[in-house]
Amino acid sequence: MLVDDEVEFADTLAKRMKKRKLITSSVNSGEDALEFLGQNPTDVVILDVKMPGIDGIQTLREIKQQYPLIEVIMLTGHANVEVAIQGMEIGAFDYLMKPMAIDDLVYKIQDAYKKKSIHVEKTKERLQSSSG
Amino acid sequence: MDQDKGTHNGYYYSLTRNMLLVIILVAIMPMIVVSSIILYQFDISYHEKVHAHLEELVLKHKHNIDGFLKQKLGDIRLLGKTFSYEELRDESFLRDRLELLQEIYGPVFVDLGVVNDRGIQVAYAGPFKLGKALYSNAKWFQMAMKSDHVKSDVFLGLRGIPHFIIAVRENYNGQPWILRATVDFVAFNNLVENIRIGETGFAFILNRRGEFQTKPLFDLIANKEPYTDFLKDSEKFQDGVRIIERDDDAGNKVIYVAALLKHGDWLLVYQQKASDAFSDLRRTLRVTIAIMLLAGICIVVIAFILSKRMVNRVASADQEKEMMNEQIVETGKLASVGELASGIAHEINNPVAIMVEEAGWIEDLLEEEEFRGGENLDEFKRALEQIRTQGRRCKEITHKLLSFARKTDSRIQDVQLNDLIEELIALSAQRAKFANVDINVNLQENPPILHVSQTELQQILLNLINNALDAMEKTGGTLNVSSELEGDYIVVEVEDDGPGIPEANIVRIFDPFFTTKPVGKGTGLGLSICYGIIKKMGGDIIVKSTMEVGTTFRVKIPISKDEQTEA
Repeated sequence: MLVDDEVEFADTLAKRMKKRKLITSSVNSGEDALEFLGQNPTDVVILDVKMPGIDGIQTLREIKQQYPLIEVIMLTGHANVEVAIQGMEIGAFDYLMKPMAIDDLVYKIQDAYKKKSIHVEKTKERLQSSSG
Repeated sequence: MDQDKGTHNGYYYSLTRNMLLVIILVAIMPMIVVSSIILYQFDISYHEKVHAHLEELVLKHKHNIDGFLKQKLGDIRLLGKTFSYEELRDESFLRDRLELLQEIYGPVFVDLGVVNDRGIQVAYAGPFKLGKALYSNAKWFQMAMKSDHVKSDVFLGLRGIPHFIIAVRENYNGQPWILRATVDFVAFNNLVENIRIGETGFAFILNRRGEFQTKPLFDLIANKEPYTDFLKDSEKFQDGVRIIERDDDAGNKVIYVAALLKHGDWLLVYQQKASDAFSDLRRTLRVTIAIMLLAGICIVVIAFILSKRMVNRVASADQEKEMMNEQIVETGKLASVGELASGIAHEINNPVAIMVEEAGWIEDLLEEEEFRGGENLDEFKRALEQIRTQGRRCKEITHKLLSFARKTDSRIQDVQLNDLIEELIALSAQRAKFANVDINVNLQENPPILHVSQTELQQILLNLINNALDAMEKTGGTLNVSSELEGDYIVVEVEDDGPGIPEANIVRIFDPFFTTKPVGKGTGLGLSICYGIIKKMGGDIIVKSTMEVGTTFRVKIPISKDEQTEA
């Protein structure tokens, strides 16, 4: 899922990602993102840091609290490196600076997805071993 | 500008003048007041002293003269009482008496005479031929007939020489007769003439009619008014002495001291010019005034120097303040430009991101079958590539703008300066080789560890090195990079021998967006970013440049105190 307050940016990026065989939906605010996650199972969230309403960091916190298994990739304007680092501390998978090359983003998403899969496997195993 | 300077000068001029006046007033006023009071008191007491002295003098002489007259009268009275009329009529006896008197008292008595009740001198002893002289009309004779003894005023008498008569009346067989003696005028005169003080002080005796009884030392023809005034007031100072000061005809102040003699018949007057009597006072006054004038001049000179110096201080302080103000304004300008820049950067970045993304989308779409083999496919791809390149350029500009606004990684780290410089040199080595530039590195050994942002310091030095390489790109040359410990600072110098920076540009090189590079090559932000960062660190950056010789940038980086002691 892609979260960005700039509708055009989010839509275009979503189209390009779809073209690269990633199932993508885009929303335009932190609130919408949390609502969407409540209804649709999601693997990776691409999250813009600077948004009106609840900002990226706040959204990230909510996501990590409610869905700890979902990996988040942060998108920043260039200069707020501090914010990106803060995001990493909270638990974001990685960050990228806008504008980024689409290929870099795709690689990051694949990495994030792999990590998530391993996580899920492990969690399942743990659940199985604890139940069994 | 000139007018501004003019009003400034006027301000400092009036400041100098006010200070001068205040200092002079404060210093001189007390001096004048104190000196005046002291002088006034001194004047009064000195006057009193002089007056007392003169009174004493005149009183003493009054007693002297009175005593002299009384004694002479006593002598004659004794003579009259001791010897009879019969005995004294004998001229040779009389002559013996006179000789005896002259032997005892000196030549005070000139002659002796015996006069009968009709005024005929029946016997005479003395140097003049005055036997049988008729005195019935003489004033002294008439007075002597009324009282027992007489001291006459000074008169010329029969002999034509000033003298005065002492006469006593006795009775013989019921008939009065008179023994008279002439007192030598010169001897008497000496008594008074000897009263002399200073150059103008002298004494004389007047009778009730204001006629001189002694010969005054100076001519006193002119004004007898003061003396007649004394005579009028005589009752008021029966036994005492009276002092007045008044101006004489020539306008000089004169002191008159008077005492009555001979039971009020005569007046002893002592007079002296005030200037003479108070000559000591005058001298003191002159010395005092001279000292005060001297002191006044000293004060004025010192006040002048002091105020001048103080105003110079104030002026230089003002100048410093003005410079500070200018610097503050400059810094403020840079800061507000920074704010603006970061705002612009943020606003531009998003649209640029969208554009690049859209271009990417088109590129994606071009991969589709339907466009393959299209005529203009290559041209499309080239155009999209161009959009992406320019997008990247925009990104770089906004990046730089934001770092100018100091939003880059500014975390403080321990930085080893030498390692950092060597890294940068290695980075630039390839470029330097192309530009035909030799790089010399001369670093301070074991510099203290710096507590700064590594990224920022890198940015500054890389910027300076790049600028130097740019300057020498066409000609080639030598780049010297050195570091040195200077007090609380480490100074890094980046020196090139390129074409130098024109005077007109030097003042502007730290201004944002000022660049001499062709459009698209430089943003004009490099040095202003450096400036902002180094100022924030508490350091300084200075540029020195000489045309055709080269340019040197000196970066002063502060060493934190504790590090310094460790080092």
